[in-house]
Amino acid sequence: MKGDINMEYKITTHSEFDTIEIAQNFESEKFPNMIICLDGDLGSGKTVFAKGIANGLGIKEPVTSPTFTVIKEYLEGEMPMYHMDVYRLDGNTEGVGIEEYFDKGGIVLIEWAASIKSILPEERLDIKFKVLDENKRLLIITPHGQKYEELCEAVL
Amino acid sequence: MNDIYILGIESSCDETSVSIVKNGTEDIATVVLSQMDTHALYGGVVPEIASRMHVENISLVIEECLKKANMTIDDITAIAVTNGPGLIGSLLVGTTAALTLSYLYNKPLVPVHHISGHIYANNIDNKMEFPLLALVVSGGHTELIYMKDHYSFEKIGGTLDDAVGEAYDKVARVINLPYPGGPLVDKLANEGKDIYPLPLPMDDDSYNFSFSGLKSAVINLAHNEEQRGNIINKSSMACSFQNRVIEIISKKTFKALKEYNIKNLIVAGGVAANSGLRNKLTELAKENNINLSIPALKYCTDNATMIAASGYYAYKKGIG
Repeated sequence: MKGDINMEYKITTHSEFDTIEIAQNFESEKFPNMIICLDGDLGSGKTVFAKGIANGLGIKEPVTSPTFTVIKEYLEGEMPMYHMDVYRLDGNTEGVGIEEYFDKGGIVLIEWAASIKSILPEERLDIKFKVLDENKRLLIITPHGQKYEELCEAVL
Repeated sequence: MNDIYILGIESSCDETSVSIVKNGTEDIATVVLSQMDTHALYGGVVPEIASRMHVENISLVIEECLKKANMTIDDITAIAVTNGPGLIGSLLVGTTAALTLSYLYNKPLVPVHHISGHIYANNIDNKMEFPLLALVVSGGHTELIYMKDHYSFEKIGGTLDDAVGEAYDKVARVINLPYPGGPLVDKLANEGKDIYPLPLPMDDDSYNFSFSGLKSAVINLAHNEEQRGNIINKSSMACSFQNRVIEIISKKTFKALKEYNIKNLIVAGGVAANSGLRNKLTELAKENNINLSIPALKYCTDNATMIAASGYYAYKKGIG
C-alpha cells in the first residue's frame, strides 16, 4: 500500500557465483514487464547480476556490458531481456526511448537507475550493490508495489 | 562504367553525419554535426540541434553536404544508412531521413551495419586487400573479424564482457578522470611507468577477450592503496592498464594472422586512435611482414564517410 514503509532485504554474497544464483532465483519467478533497477559502484556486480538473469532465461549469447550502447536487447531466451546502462545519459532520457521498454513484455534490467528516477515505474525492484571486500558484496533489495513484495517473499 | 555516388547517413550515437563517397573509396564531401560545429555554423546554441533528436537537424546536414560536394540529390546513385546497432532514438533520425529521401527521389536504400562501416573506413583513399583480418576496437565492440572478400564477415572472436573502449572509460572513472576518459588514459600512460601488478586478461588459446577482470583488478588495487593511505600514481596506473590491454590484443591478433595465414590487418573503431595500440601494432606488423592499415584519425570516430564507403559494396552486392 502507498505510504507504507518499504520492506528492505539485506543479503551478503561471497562470490560472483552467489550473485548469479540470486539473480537466477529471481528469474525463476519472472513475469512480463518485470523491472529491476541495479545501482552500485563500478565492479560491484551489476552486470554479473544481469548475466545470472540471462543464464536463467537460457540466453546463450554472452551478456556484455551495455555502457556504450545504453540498451542491449536479448531475444533468444524464454522471455526478452532488455539490459540498460543509463550512466552515460547523465539523466538525459529524452528521445532515447527507455520508457518504451517498460511494457514490451520482457525483463528490464537498468544499471545506474537512480540517475533516471523520475521516469522509472512506481512498481519495481531496486537492488543496491555495496562492495565489502574483493569478493564480498552486500545486496540491499527493496520491492516497490505488491507484485514485487510477493516476488521477494517467494525468492528470498 | 558510370561512377557510383553513395550518400551515407550516420546517426547511431553522438554525431549526426552525412557524406558523399565516389566508387566506395573517394571522400567527395563529409559533414559531421556536433554541438560545437553547430555553435560555429549558427552563431549560437540551437535547441533542436542540441537535442540531436529531430529530423530537421538531419535535413540541414544533408543540405550542407550536397552544397559542399556541389551536387544535387539527382547525382546520387543510392542512399546508405546505419541501421544498427545504436540508440534507437538516434538511429531513427537517420533511417527516417534515408527512407524519406529514397522514397521521394526513387533511390535505392542500403542498410549498413555500424561495424561494417568502421571496417570500411580503411577503404577510403586506399582500397582494402583480401583476405584480411579486421580488429574492431571501440567503446561498444572488441572483435576479430575474418574477411575473405568484400562484405564477407566471419567473427572469430570477441569480448565476453566489457568492450575495450568501455574498459578504458571505466578505469578513467576509477582514477577520477573526466568522461570520456579513454583518450586521457592513453595520454597519461605515456607519462607513467608500468609499476602496478595487473593481470594479463584472458590469456588463453581462444580469440575472445575479457576486460571486466582487469577493470576489477584496477578497482581493487586503487581501493587497497587508498586504505593503506597511499596515493595511486594515475599515470603509472594508466600505463600498467594500457600495457596489459595492448599486450593481449596484439598477442591474439597476431596469433590469428598466423593461424589463418593472413597478410593484411586492418584496425577499425574509436580505439584505433589510441597511440599505444597504433605504435605496438605498427611495430609488430613490420616485424611479421604484415600489411597494416589504420584509418586516418578523422575516420576512426563515428562518421558517415565510412557508411557511404561500406554502402557502395553493399549496393554492388544487391543488399537493400
